[in-house]
Amino acid sequence: MSTQQAEPESQEAPEDPAMKGAESPAADEQNGGGMVDEHAEKAAELEGETVHIKVFRYDPEVEGKQEPRFDDFHVPFEKGMTVLDSVMYARDEYDSSLTFRHSCRQAVCGSDAFFVNGKQRLGCKTQISDLEQPVRIEPLPHQEVVKDLVVDMDHFYDQMHTVEPYFQDEDTPPVDDLEEQRQSPENREKIKMSSRCIWCGACMSSCNIAAGDNEYLGPAAINKAYKFAMDDREGEEIKEHRLRILEQEHGVWRCQTQFSCTEVCPKDIPLTEHIQELKREAVKKNLKFW
Amino acid sequence: MYEHDVIVVGAGGAGLRAAIAANEAGADVAMVTKLHPVRSHTGAAEGGINAALQEGDDWELHAYDTMKGSDYLGDAPAVETLAQNAPEETINLEHWGMPFSREEDGTVSQRPFGGLSYPRTTYAGAETGHHLLHTMYEQVVKRGIQVYDEWYVMDLATTDEDDPNDRECHGVVAYDVQSGNIEGFKANNGVVLATGGPGQAFDHTTNAVSCTGDGHAMAYRAGAPLEDMEFIQFHPTSLPSTGVLISEGVRGEGGILYNSEGERFMFEYGYANNSGELASRDVVARAELTEVDEGRGVDDEYVHLDMRHLGEERIMDRLENILHLAEDFEGVDGLVEPMPVKPGQHYAMGGIEVDENGQTCVDGLYAAGECACVSVHGGNRLGGNALPELIVFGKRAGQHAAGEDLGEPEIRTGYGDDVEDETDTELPVAPGKAGLETSGSVAADGGVAADAEGVLQRKVETARERVDTLMDKEDGVQHAEIRAKLQKAMTDYVNVFRTEEGVKKALEIIRECREEYQDVYVDDPSRTFNTDLQQTIETRNLIDVAETIALGALVRDEFRGAHWRKEHQERKDEEWLKHTLISWDDGEPSIFYRPVILEGENKTYEPKERSY
Ligand SMILES: Cc1cc2nc3c(=O)[nH]c(=O)nc-3n(C[C@H](O)[C@H](O)[C@H](O)COP(=O)(O)OP(=O)(O)OC[C@H]3O[C@@H](n4cnc5c(N)ncnc54)[C@H](O)[C@@H]3O)c2cc1C
Ligand code: SF4
Ligand code: FES
Repeated sequence: MSTQQAEPESQEAPEDPAMKGAESPAADEQNGGGMVDEHAEKAAELEGETVHIKVFRYDPEVEGKQEPRFDDFHVPFEKGMTVLDSVMYARDEYDSSLTFRHSCRQAVCGSDAFFVNGKQRLGCKTQISDLEQPVRIEPLPHQEVVKDLVVDMDHFYDQMHTVEPYFQDEDTPPVDDLEEQRQSPENREKIKMSSRCIWCGACMSSCNIAAGDNEYLGPAAINKAYKFAMDDREGEEIKEHRLRILEQEHGVWRCQTQFSCTEVCPKDIPLTEHIQELKREAVKKNLKFW
Repeated sequence: MYEHDVIVVGAGGAGLRAAIAANEAGADVAMVTKLHPVRSHTGAAEGGINAALQEGDDWELHAYDTMKGSDYLGDAPAVETLAQNAPEETINLEHWGMPFSREEDGTVSQRPFGGLSYPRTTYAGAETGHHLLHTMYEQVVKRGIQVYDEWYVMDLATTDEDDPNDRECHGVVAYDVQSGNIEGFKANNGVVLATGGPGQAFDHTTNAVSCTGDGHAMAYRAGAPLEDMEFIQFHPTSLPSTGVLISEGVRGEGGILYNSEGERFMFEYGYANNSGELASRDVVARAELTEVDEGRGVDDEYVHLDMRHLGEERIMDRLENILHLAEDFEGVDGLVEPMPVKPGQHYAMGGIEVDENGQTCVDGLYAAGECACVSVHGGNRLGGNALPELIVFGKRAGQHAAGEDLGEPEIRTGYGDDVEDETDTELPVAPGKAGLETSGSVAADGGVAADAEGVLQRKVETARERVDTLMDKEDGVQHAEIRAKLQKAMTDYVNVFRTEEGVKKALEIIRECREEYQDVYVDDPSRTFNTDLQQTIETRNLIDVAETIALGALVRDEFRGAHWRKEHQERKDEEWLKHTLISWDDGEPSIFYRPVILEGENKTYEPKERSY
């Protein structure tokens, strides 16, 4: 399947002809205008406040969409409306081919991280009223675009899997099946933030280092490892094993503390801090310094 | 064609647990799921998992509460299996590293939930489902279980004998969302459906957009009956604008409900004089709507849920997530103002009829989790009882599909000599029939003689033709229009309060939707990530599922659990201690009944009035 590297920063947004409904110069050509007019009409009937969104479009298969472009939509504003609501409206009312991932619409499934007005954000968690218009909605940068706002997440998942993301002391749990491994409330508190990751990929997309080094584990995977490494229920030996994975050439030492991951994480996970803490742990354990 | 011993469809809590169990039993298992596993709706569960873990509590109390909560429509063998296995399964999650909230001594915390006689809800902050989902997915990664993610399952490959009890399921047909390729997945031992709830049949729901009842509809069309579909749980505390859930944990921790007059109405108007806000969900949902109907609602729409008095520290410790939800989705700061809440569709107590081993009447076809009805929740599910169901029955389904012997089930499935036939309820329309036979209503022909591969191959061809037809059609109706109409009808007429006239009206509208669907087409011409196509197929499933919900609601002329009927304000135990079963025969639903099993291991659960 052919995919396409999105470089939204370098992309020229087509001029906004300030029409209502779905339109873009490209769409005009492709659809012979008919559909566009119809949408314009529909939108023109809209009363009250509307929101203007500019949505990135690309489809490797469809003529006219193979060249990336932006489509304009005007959707009726409602109090509490999120970026996700606005693209859903545009899809359901104007153009059913508009494609994006979404599911929970409550910031837990992690599927709708987009590049909104130049920042990685969860569509469902971002109120439209907080944004400057027109709202530019693009796929996550530094990831292959599959279609419209959908990016290929495989690399992200691969990195998550590299850090052995599973608890590793369960082979020697208490003898009794019903006996818990005790964990102090303090220790639970320590790993709490790291355990909130929803695998949305926003952090990875915002990281300059990850953009330049495909092998860099990246903030999400390192944070995942942090969750296990700091959990007292895992023994010392496994902790050391984890730190070895993390301090490898493309591990924690690559991080240059630019804080971009921490800034975009919709779950407020202190990613940079976690990475720093792991560096300190590695030093304490006398592990190799790259 | 792909081939495995066990194919699990869906990778939420139930699917993950089933896959791990099948893997542990030595089977080659694969998961086929339309979302990546960590995107499954189980991640949204907030409140907790019921399990009798502490001294002073025991499984029998848990079983008793569950039977009472079910309004005596739960089957005792299933309810007792749930209560007996929940402790071990919950602690097993702890052994897998799940970050439960902890007490000072390091043991896992438990809290009170509605309808429970002991605070037995084990939790991880207000994000229990997120942790449960991720913990189990981690175990799937650890075991190297094959996951086909972003593959949408369209149909089951089932043989077509006349009697569904004689049919066999050999696999599934799915399409790769990213490329559009349609392929067969052969299951040598069995297929486990774990596709979650059908909440999208309603327009105000706490459920994710992916909860479209696909598994329900596929099993139904393959001949497995849907059971007790009329029992839909409406959660009393969802945010008015989006339906996002505010966990019962808020009331569990001491949150209070007020009407617009500032009255604590649960006590003030005698809805639940003992338990107040912690009465069972159906009771609280009706109380709230009654307040609104009687003019004591805020903005004529909702009531207030107040947790300010709990104090910042307790809220941050146990309900932090709730603060974020109220802030992000309603713009309300729960520390300084009460939160607006109203009832929203939340959970389907009914589902694909299965026994304690997760098996349907179709050989090799299993179901677990919210899409299934082993009948633990009966007429009303207690909060915190769905997550243990996922792990207890997900595991059993996985084990049984992998060939493990779990003993003879006590619950029977399918049409047999223990069922009671038909009703004399008059239906407003001949439901089902609208000439919609394109989707292969029952199975590939070829009958008994056909081998597994042949059945699968033919199903793949039918699916390809179906998609081609939808894609080739130039214009017509779009699914979004039909879906919106269906959702509105269900919310208007098959909601918390139901009338005979209303439900009939809903059935007529559903029928219209079915007819309009004949003319449906997919506008997006691309095979790449075509969500238009996927939603079009899902919409068909929603129509089937909505119809069974409305049919069940019409024929059950009594008031039980979450099913309230205006004309029938009493529970009719003489007549209705039985499950409603709806099965799809030759393109039209038929209705029959099976008695509830109230005899448990040591005792018989005698129906009593539910008071809280
Ligand atoms: C907001 C909310 C909060 C809740 N809180 C609690 C709680 O605190 N305690 C409790 O006990 N219960 C709670 N519940 C109920 C409980 O969370 C759900 O019933 C349960 O998580 C459902 O799990 P599941 O595994 O059956 O389905 P899901 O988690 O919904 O998973 C369904 C899976 O099926 C896949 N799928 C669906 N259709 C297809 C198809 N056609 N092809 C391929 N794959 C498909 C999806 O990709 C997904 O992986 C809550 C429910 C909600 C909505
Ligand atoms: S760490 Fe934050 S930004 Fe990164 S994937 Fe997880 S939730 Fe998303
Ligand atoms: S839709 Fe699930 S995180 Fe936004």
